[in-house]
Amino acid sequence: MTILVIAEHDNQSIKAATLNTVSAAAKLGNEIHVLVAGANCAAAAEAAAKIAGVTKVRVADAAHYDAQTAENLAALVIANAQGYTHILAPSTATGKNVAPRVAALLDVAQISDIVAVEGADTFVRPIYAGNAMATVKSSDAVKVITVRTTAFEGAAVLANEGCSATVEQLAAGPDLGLTSLKGRELTKSARPELGAAKIIISGGRGLGSGENYHQMLEPLADALGAALGASRAAVDAGYVPNDYQVGQTGKIVAPQLYVAIGISGAIQHLAGMKDSKVIVAINKDPEASIFQVADYGLVGDLFALVPELVAKVS
Amino acid sequence: MKILVAAKRVTDPNIKIRVKPDGSGVELANVKMAMNPFDEIAVEEAVRLKEAGKSTEVVAVSAGGAQCQETLRGAMAMGADRGILVETDAELQPLAVAKLLKALIDKEAPQLVILGKQAIDDDANQTGQMLAALMGWPQATFASKVELADSGGQMMATVTREIDGGLETVEMKLPAVITTDLRLNEPRYATLPNIMKAKKKPLETVKPADLGVDVAPRLATLSVAEPRKRSAGVMVADVAQLVEKLKNEAKVI
Repeated sequence: MTILVIAEHDNQSIKAATLNTVSAAAKLGNEIHVLVAGANCAAAAEAAAKIAGVTKVRVADAAHYDAQTAENLAALVIANAQGYTHILAPSTATGKNVAPRVAALLDVAQISDIVAVEGADTFVRPIYAGNAMATVKSSDAVKVITVRTTAFEGAAVLANEGCSATVEQLAAGPDLGLTSLKGRELTKSARPELGAAKIIISGGRGLGSGENYHQMLEPLADALGAALGASRAAVDAGYVPNDYQVGQTGKIVAPQLYVAIGISGAIQHLAGMKDSKVIVAINKDPEASIFQVADYGLVGDLFALVPELVAKVS
Repeated sequence: MKILVAAKRVTDPNIKIRVKPDGSGVELANVKMAMNPFDEIAVEEAVRLKEAGKSTEVVAVSAGGAQCQETLRGAMAMGADRGILVETDAELQPLAVAKLLKALIDKEAPQLVILGKQAIDDDANQTGQMLAALMGWPQATFASKVELADSGGQMMATVTREIDGGLETVEMKLPAVITTDLRLNEPRYATLPNIMKAKKKPLETVKPADLGVDVAPRLATLSVAEPRKRSAGVMVADVAQLVEKLKNEAKVI
């Protein structure tokens, strides 16, 4: 069993999602290769070699891998797919973009968003927004899989002396020139990323406005070193941009502590955060469904309670 | 320029589904069905492109049982010009749907195919990407903005995509595949006159075998179970008690 993990990286470093994906791969076998395709990505390749469990890093370094377009990346994976029983990518925007393209080119099914490995060909994945869990078995020769990162602990990163992975340079494939990246607008923030944060402070419609959202939640996030999230209702109301959204149609998170403030707890929001270790809900409505999943519930006016909480934890 | 949109018939997104007691699947008998919400956004975008004069015809496609005709009538009530149903009672998985769409594209020759990014039943998020791969076309997934322009006789699409941490803009030559994200548009409600008009629009039915596509599933569902339930915790009286619990009981701050 030889497994290929498509790394998510920024040419300099490996994204945390790659570590979770390597952990999922380790449940399948112990010959784990990581593909790092990028431009001037030697640093990222070196970082990949330090991931515990990785036996080989395969690097394709060329300008046309800089934007990580699905078309060029999938072609590269296909050209180097020989010998792999499983090809894994994290279930992130990049992974979800490229993996089905790889699967179709190999004429195999993809198993999306797995949360457990039951065997070499059998996996558990959420369906219907996490309201049901399906156990599925693949009959294809190669299993192309995306991994729900919150379901697997991140693999350890080894010190220099501990790592034994070899690094192999791959010939770059052709630039298919099908799509070209014109620009990226990334939300700049000193706070941790939602997907990687240990604590998340999330706000909903109960905050009433974008101004209130920032005024109330930012001091709390700062005091706890937390990331900021939001319900879809808050995003739809324009309080914060879409990439704050936690839920089935937004980000799936599972931090140590999730604090839901002014969030009623729609099914679609719960689907995105119910695997958090500890959930706290603050809401003025004692009947809000968020309390049904919260470990600690506090009923009251968030505009009074949140500043009090900030004062107590600062 | 012709646009093809794909629309899947799924359980109504507003109802809570139930897992069958024998664990064989999700209860679908007597459950309200609807067009997949992301596909509604796809149909809306195609119709808007036509209204803006960028497209001459919008063809809606669905695959599944005979009831998918309703889904196609819904798409036509929103403004699609005609419908094609690939009728089968077999279970269809994303790769099979991508192959069916490819076979229709080979006949219809659209310049643009728009699909929802995922269906809210199987949550696969695959069909658009697979279709683009099979066609050898460019893809722009998770679109929140689409602009078409003629660049010296070559139609180009500029698409803003939702990515982790923000947005990115890509440019591609048509023909291409676009999959929709939530913020692309807000689908219209079909008006009664348009619903009536849609009943008279052409709806063609074909079978997978007519298209020469093998739709045999590659994944077998062994069982479907309820997710692990999270039990409700305790209500705390005040902020002081909350902080005390988080520090000493849960030990998370």
